[in-house]
Amino acid sequence: MGAQLKLVETNAPEPILMDDFASVASGVAAERSLLRFLTCGSVDDGKSTLLGRLLYETGAVFDDQLQALERDSARFGTTGDDMDYALLVDGLAAEREQGITIDVAYRYFSTAKRAFIAADTPGHEQYTRNMATGASTADVAIILVDARKGLLAQTRRHSYIVSMLGVRRVIVAVNKIDLVGYDENVFRRIEQEYRKLAGALEFLECHVVPVSARHGDNVVTSSDKTPWYGRAPLLALLENIETVLQSDEVFRFPVQWVNRPHLDFRGFSGTIASGSIAVGDRITTLPRGRSSRVARILGPSGDLDVATSGQSITLTLADEIDISRGDVLVAASASAAPQRHIVARLLAMNEAQLAPGRNYLVKIGTNLASARLVTLHHQVDVHDYSEQPASVLPMNGIGLATLRFETDVVAPPYRACQTLGALLLIDPHSNETIGLGVVEDSDVDADAVTPSWSVWLASGLAGIGALPAEDGASELAWLAVSAIVTAFIALALSGSVVIAVMVGIADFFFRPALRVAFRSAWAAASKRRALVREAELTTDGGGI
Amino acid sequence: MGRLTHLQALEAESIFVLREVAATCENPVLLYSIGKDSAVLLHLAMKAFAPGKPPFPLLHVDTGWKFREMIAFRDQTARRLGLDLIVHVNEEGVKAGVSPIASGSAVHTDVMKTQGLKQALDKYGFDAAFGGARRDEEKSRAKERVFSLRTPDHRWDPKAQRPEPWRAFNTRKRKGESFRVFPLSNWTEADVWDYIAMEHIPVVPLYFAKRRPVVERNGALIMRDDERLPLLPGETPQMRMVRFRTLGCYPLTGAVESEAATLPEIISEMRASRSSERQGRVIDHDGSSSMELKKQEGYF
Repeated sequence: MGAQLKLVETNAPEPILMDDFASVASGVAAERSLLRFLTCGSVDDGKSTLLGRLLYETGAVFDDQLQALERDSARFGTTGDDMDYALLVDGLAAEREQGITIDVAYRYFSTAKRAFIAADTPGHEQYTRNMATGASTADVAIILVDARKGLLAQTRRHSYIVSMLGVRRVIVAVNKIDLVGYDENVFRRIEQEYRKLAGALEFLECHVVPVSARHGDNVVTSSDKTPWYGRAPLLALLENIETVLQSDEVFRFPVQWVNRPHLDFRGFSGTIASGSIAVGDRITTLPRGRSSRVARILGPSGDLDVATSGQSITLTLADEIDISRGDVLVAASASAAPQRHIVARLLAMNEAQLAPGRNYLVKIGTNLASARLVTLHHQVDVHDYSEQPASVLPMNGIGLATLRFETDVVAPPYRACQTLGALLLIDPHSNETIGLGVVEDSDVDADAVTPSWSVWLASGLAGIGALPAEDGASELAWLAVSAIVTAFIALALSGSVVIAVMVGIADFFFRPALRVAFRSAWAAASKRRALVREAELTTDGGGI
Repeated sequence: MGRLTHLQALEAESIFVLREVAATCENPVLLYSIGKDSAVLLHLAMKAFAPGKPPFPLLHVDTGWKFREMIAFRDQTARRLGLDLIVHVNEEGVKAGVSPIASGSAVHTDVMKTQGLKQALDKYGFDAAFGGARRDEEKSRAKERVFSLRTPDHRWDPKAQRPEPWRAFNTRKRKGESFRVFPLSNWTEADVWDYIAMEHIPVVPLYFAKRRPVVERNGALIMRDDERLPLLPGETPQMRMVRFRTLGCYPLTGAVESEAATLPEIISEMRASRSSERQGRVIDHDGSSSMELKKQEGYF
């Protein structure tokens, strides 16, 4: 994961006056751009306090909310007599009582230049999944570092996740700079260490700012206590940072909904994942590979000639071809091909660990497909970013894996298309979201993708229902052992090696078949029983 | 989405959410509460499925205490757009004589709104209900998902919410479970008004300042919309120039003194305002976590 690190100098901005926020006319507001960012870092680094401070200073906190804050500060506050700005964002009762952030909270504020959506994410390792959720939609990450503690394991973990999820611009806020006496040396040492760490990640921009969230130094206005810093405060960085989504220019359109209000109209609705499309352009449908031309583009406010990435539209085509939800329309010139195997970097988000041999439902764009995790290549050690062999991926663990799908899917690398290169792993039994993944560049060597014969056989048997899908390999071993035992009994009884081998082979294959037959008979019987029960229950007619 | 303006980006995101529900849920409904957020939600639903109509009906859980102008606007809107409107009233509550005056705000809200909503969802078997709630409204809402999973008895467990990265929504649920879906999650009050102005969306006239009969109680200006609001000794309604920032049951909704009678005036007044829109809502003030508790019990 080598990448160049570009140092960006930003000129100190004009001081921002509160009046500027209030006088924004409606017309100007409509032209503002949107920046999504997250705050992350270790426990007690002051993420919520920093965000609360930003909200307060940009006028996003109202008087009645401020009065509630004063009451809450006295009751739950951790800042003595001062206002505890963290209480503006920690919304759940459990969070306020424990003084920590558990879930990701989204907060909104705006300045004359930009509207901001901020995700305040938890610092505790056990809530890493919520931090990753906040990072998945962010353009920019603010990574907090406590000036007294320097870089911690969470700083490394969060930096890795932020980079993995495609955030290319980070601002490191060296917080509590007041508690180290505004010491430049402390700041420079942390800055240097972080830039070294960032060298292993894929950031394009990395700004380091000394701040005090509690006192407001370098948050909205430049602090006179850090004359040695001489660059822009945090808010000015957020207002001016570039927000170019990383994706190539290939048109990709996951079909979300087939719009057929009457016989004369058949449209395909969805949100453009990448690239752009114009009326008359040739497209190909994936995975089926049919082609046609775009006849009409319906945007939110009527017909369009051209539509681009991020727009929610409805397309009609010149030809009647079979297209349904989950299909992807791509530019006819694109070399995209559907795949059965995907190599993805996964993050386990649930106590149910991710393990090879297991089957999952995978949501890619608008497609929900069944896949098996066939190989776990390694787990990443977040302390030094080294790759370690692993048999399973525990909760909050990150690793590289190969998934094999039952059907063809369209999943370009995350680097090329953030929407279609993003995966959600869902447990098919509990329906819980148990992991997320980003598709890596698909040049995988064949060895890594082809599982051993025993895995193939196990998955084949699992496919026909002879083996529980959960644990194919160990079930297979059990079958082999019992077949051998049966063969030995046959040998002892008959004295013939030939008969023993035949009995053993027969046992190996017939035992699962017998189980299938027995299970389907049992299932049919219990279904009949359930139907009888249901009929007894719904005698009152129910609702509509 | 670098090339879209911030309102275009929000619009596209909301349309995506509306379509995702239509494509993955069996029997969705749009909870129409007649206010400005519902107006925007409905407008987006019309766009999402154009040239067809939204493939779901509107549901209004009526408490019997909404402003008369709201009810008139509701019926007129459903007619204008040619949509099915279901109006549900908790008849048990009506029979028991529950009202904001006799029972107080907490009981009235629980029985007529929360219980009424659950009754309606169960009666029609809706498995997904759109709401116009926004995360900027209230702190516990800031932590709510776009797709919020509810148990078969409609409870929300804030500690067991599914992670919701990107816009890859997990729409799987078991039989009996349902979703509350919030397409306007990422909108702010200012965005809603800017969008209403930009798209010329009709809203209830109560949002615009006019001389209305009000009485002042506990610092709140309550409009006497009909004779059911008893006057306290010595109290006479006064005609004052007022408007509403949010709309609910009239005895529980405080008006603000205002001269803002047009959309641009409302928008500039809001930008200068120093108090939040829910300040006028009596039901939110039972304690810092009162909304969270109501939501756990099934309130929207």
